[in-house]
Amino acid sequence: MRSINVIDITQKVKDVCITINYEIDPLVRAAFESAKIVEASKIGLNIIDDLIENSEIAKSYKAPICQDTGMIVAFVKLGQEVHIEGGSLEKAIHQGIREGYDEGYLRKSVVSDPLLRSNSGDNTPGVIYYEIAEGDVFEIELAAKGFGSENMSRSKMLKPSDGIEGVKAFVIETVEQAGSNPCPPIVVGVGIGGTLDKAAYIAKKALLRPLGSHHKDEHIEQLELELLDKINKLGIGPQGLGGTTTALAVHADTFPTHIAGLPVVVNINCHASRHQKVVL
Amino acid sequence: MDKIKINTPLTDEVVKALKSGDQVLISGEIFTARDAAHLRLVSLLNEGKELPMDFEGQVVYYAGPSPARPGEVIGACGPTTSYRMDDLTLPLLEKGLKGMVGKGKRNNVVIEGMKRHKAVYFAAIGGAGALIANSIKSNTVVAFEDLGPEALRCLKVENFPAIVVIDAEGNNLYDSEPEKYKK
Repeated sequence: MRSINVIDITQKVKDVCITINYEIDPLVRAAFESAKIVEASKIGLNIIDDLIENSEIAKSYKAPICQDTGMIVAFVKLGQEVHIEGGSLEKAIHQGIREGYDEGYLRKSVVSDPLLRSNSGDNTPGVIYYEIAEGDVFEIELAAKGFGSENMSRSKMLKPSDGIEGVKAFVIETVEQAGSNPCPPIVVGVGIGGTLDKAAYIAKKALLRPLGSHHKDEHIEQLELELLDKINKLGIGPQGLGGTTTALAVHADTFPTHIAGLPVVVNINCHASRHQKVVL
Repeated sequence: MDKIKINTPLTDEVVKALKSGDQVLISGEIFTARDAAHLRLVSLLNEGKELPMDFEGQVVYYAGPSPARPGEVIGACGPTTSYRMDDLTLPLLEKGLKGMVGKGKRNNVVIEGMKRHKAVYFAAIGGAGALIANSIKSNTVVAFEDLGPEALRCLKVENFPAIVVIDAEGNNLYDSEPEKYKK
C-alpha cells in the first residue's frame, strides 16, 4: 500500500491549473508552425502568427493565453493499492483548483447553479471522473475547458445501419455548423459507441491525448486521418475567416455498444487545447 | 493591406466607409458587455428604466476579462462568441449602438438591424487574450459590478486590432472568405 497526502495533490492541481493557462502545449505550438507551411489564406496566416505571438506574451508575462480560463475537468486514475491520507481526495482537488485560479489571476467562470447562475467565485466545482486501476498508480489528467468550443459540441444516437459513413457525416456537419464559433483551428474529439454518456466521456478523454497522436486500432486511425482531411477542406480556416487550417487534429475513441445503437459525440476544443497530466 | 485607424465614438460617416475585410485599429473608449450584462440591459429597457450609459455611437466588446494582477490594467481580454447576444442586440442598436466586437457569426435579425441602424460588426482574434490586452490602457466598471467578469466595463484602448466582418451593408466575411478555400 502506497500513501499519498492530500496536501501534495492540492499543490499539484494548483500548479497545473496555472501552467496550462499560461503556457501553450509545445505540441500545439509545433502544430501552428506546421499549419503556417500549408495555410493558403493570408488572413489565416496572420491569425496563426498572432496566436503564436499571443502564446509568447502569455508565457513571458505570466498571463492567461485566453480570458476564458475554463472549467476544470479532471480524470483521476487511482490504483487500488494507493491510500489517500490527510483528508478527502475530492476536496483536495477542489482546493487545488481554488488556489490555482486565485493565485494565478485566472477568471472564475463557474456558476453554482445552471439556472440561478450566480458565480461560485472560485471556479469550483470542477468536473471530476474517477477510474479505479490496478496497482499503486495515481494520476490526474486536468483540462481547462473553455466553453466557446464546448458549446459547439454535439451528440447523436445514430442507427447501426448508419455505420461509419453516418459517423463521418455527423462529425463534418458538427464542425461545419460550429464554423467560426469554437475558435478554429480546433481539436476534434469523437466518441463512438457505449451509451450516450460513455460516448461523451470518451470523446472528452480523447481530447486529452497528445495532440495529433492516433488511436491504436488501424481503422480508427484511418477514420481520424480521413476526418482531419475532410475538415480542413471545409474552408472555415483560422477563426472562421477562411483557409485550410480548420482543425489541428482529430482524436477518436470507441467503446463496445448495444446491438440497437451507435451513439456518437463530437466534443470540440479550441486551439489553446489546455491539459496536462499529474503523476504522483 | 494597411490597417485603418478609427476612433470611438463612431459616426455614421466612419461606419459607412468601413467595408467587410478591412483591418482596423480602434482607439478611444469601448464597453465590455456579455451574456449577463446584456440580459440586464434589455430587462431595464423592457421595464422602461434608464440604462447605466448612453449607447449613442458606442462600441460594445463581447468580453469578460481575466483578473488584473496588482499594478496591471487588465488580465487576458479576448472576445467571446457573439451569437449568444444575438437575441439581445436589436434593442441596443435602437439605442444608437454603432459597433460590436466579438467572434463568430451573427443571425439575420442582427444583420438586418445593423443595415437599418448603420452599425458594423468587428471580429477580434478569439484566444489571443494576452495579445489583445496590450492595447487596453484603462479599465473601469460602469455598472453591474456584482457580475464580476461579466460586469459592464469601460476600456480605454489604443490601436485595438480587429477585422470588419459584417459591414453596414450586410457584406459578411464569414460567408465570402471560407467559400474561397472550400474543396
